[in-house]
Amino acid sequence: MNGKLEFIDILREKEKKYNRQHDFNAFEFTYKAEITTIHKLTQMENLYRVRIIDPEQGKQFSFQPGQFVMLELPGIGEAPFSISSSPLRHGDIELCIRKAGNLTNFLSRVERGTRVGLRGPFGTGFPMEKMEGQNILLIAGGLGLAPLRSAIAYVQANRSRFNTVDIIYGTKDPSQLLFAYQYDVWRADDITLSIIVEEPDTAWKGPAGLITKILEDLFRKKDKTFFKNTYAIVCGPPVMFKFVCTMLSQKDIPMQKMFVSLERRMHCGMGKCCRCNVGSTYTCLKGPVFDYWTVMNLKEAI
Amino acid sequence: MIFKVIKKEELKHLFDVLAAENRVVGPVEAGRDSNGRPIYAFDQVSDFNNICLDYTTTKISAKRYFLPYQEDLAGFRIDGKDWHKKINYNIESPYIFFGLHACDINALNKLDKVLLGSVYPMPYYAAKRKNMFIIGLDCIPQPYCFCRSMGADTALHGFDMFLTDMGGQYFAEILSDTAFNFLKNIKTAEPAYADRMRYIKIIAEKKRKFTVRVDTTDLANILDMEFQSDVWKQWGEKCLACGTCSQVCPTCYCYGVEETVNINFHEAKKTKMLYSCNLIDFAQVAGGHNFRLKRDARLKYRYYHKHRGFVEAYEESLCVGCGRCGEACLAEITVPAVISSVRGEES
Repeated sequence: MNGKLEFIDILREKEKKYNRQHDFNAFEFTYKAEITTIHKLTQMENLYRVRIIDPEQGKQFSFQPGQFVMLELPGIGEAPFSISSSPLRHGDIELCIRKAGNLTNFLSRVERGTRVGLRGPFGTGFPMEKMEGQNILLIAGGLGLAPLRSAIAYVQANRSRFNTVDIIYGTKDPSQLLFAYQYDVWRADDITLSIIVEEPDTAWKGPAGLITKILEDLFRKKDKTFFKNTYAIVCGPPVMFKFVCTMLSQKDIPMQKMFVSLERRMHCGMGKCCRCNVGSTYTCLKGPVFDYWTVMNLKEAI
Repeated sequence: MIFKVIKKEELKHLFDVLAAENRVVGPVEAGRDSNGRPIYAFDQVSDFNNICLDYTTTKISAKRYFLPYQEDLAGFRIDGKDWHKKINYNIESPYIFFGLHACDINALNKLDKVLLGSVYPMPYYAAKRKNMFIIGLDCIPQPYCFCRSMGADTALHGFDMFLTDMGGQYFAEILSDTAFNFLKNIKTAEPAYADRMRYIKIIAEKKRKFTVRVDTTDLANILDMEFQSDVWKQWGEKCLACGTCSQVCPTCYCYGVEETVNINFHEAKKTKMLYSCNLIDFAQVAGGHNFRLKRDARLKYRYYHKHRGFVEAYEESLCVGCGRCGEACLAEITVPAVISSVRGEES
């Protein structure tokens, strides 16, 4: 009888081929992707179109509006970004990214053709199918339009399945408006778009003020049955959630029909690093999309 | 379960058999503190005489062997705009842990729940955890131990073999066939009636030696109710936000990831480093917003995660009551004191 322990290799051959949540090799599995175009949206934000290189892997990559990916530039870093594009396009996504830190500043200087790593998709999405047959309020503040754009694309693709669709969008000033080139197309698809800026410039012809002002105007035009049959999605800075969601609650929209997307620091996206915890809930697993009832029950969420 | 009794002198033989072909980690005396008391640490041992089987608690848990403070997750070869990723789970051969106390075994069991669960199991941890052979060892409750309150004073699984000191011999619980086979190398005996009764008596005596306890009744709810309590501010005032508690904790697994480029620009690596939720930038996002800017918010979060969040997810606390954090804390913040104050008990 000897005393040597046998080495156990945790990766069995058959596991190496897949990227499933419960396989060990899913943990650091990276899709290799290429930045195919970079579209400058504002001084601070670019829209990156990123395509998974292997066509088979690309097909395998499907997501729901509201979900996020971890984008990696080897040697520079990795960070979470909401997917901004239509879920109908698999493995070929768009990410609207603001220059805010090391990775995103570096990203703003790379050329198209650069290869990046993608992990995901991670987290929860907006339950678009549940919303069918209902009115939808899509409320975005600033960069909050980035995750909403995926939901908008879903609505456009399935326009006949939804009643009235309103986008309410507010930014600091007109130069920060994102996706301005798409507004006409949204309107053509019978989506009402109301935009407000906090600090108008001389050329600005629309309303000025906070996003709640537009909501007040809009709510005046709607009756009780409207709110009874309405879902709302709210994306924006934390300070906006409270005001907007309170207003929606006052109109008796059930909290479980209001969805918000939370931003947190993330280092893994898989419920391990704990950096995204709100109270003690992992934003990467149970979020980033939460219904407002859940958010109310989380400590320190908004 | 299979039970055996092992004469004390036989344990050395077992060690020699195991150490001949494996890496063995055990409690050793690493130095002395200013009062001349020994400071214990887990370290690799090749000589049985260096193992301190009567150790109290190591200052730092054994986690560097399964959750290293720093670990490369992947390496990259960079070639212009393209790159190639290489993943390494960083394990070559198994480890034998000789003499882990019940709290540290329970800590592993708790870590297993989150790191080996069905959602994204962590291969870096799994590779080490599955290549561990653990010999547990009973202990003498210290003035800072509250493992009994946390239900972690007894290990029911997560080890291969557990030894209880009965004077001239050890009472052994054998949990794995690997352990059973190893024991064929030494002389063992079936426990007689007297041995079994003596074991029961020793366990009962041990239970009576605990001096500190934490009332965990309804604790998850109480933490939720008292989220805005002023006591958090008081503890926040004391806390130095140094993160020592997390570093010595056997169950803290939070981490950060950093990527670095080699000076030749052709290689890069992705490194995982254990972190602490008490450090200031733990929840700071790009652009500068910090979701937990204040020390009390971060200290509170640590308790919230351990004693509420984990309870919600797994119906048990993430704390094993080893007391290391309180012993290591420069501001003398201890778990029993914090929890008692949140419960509104007079201190």
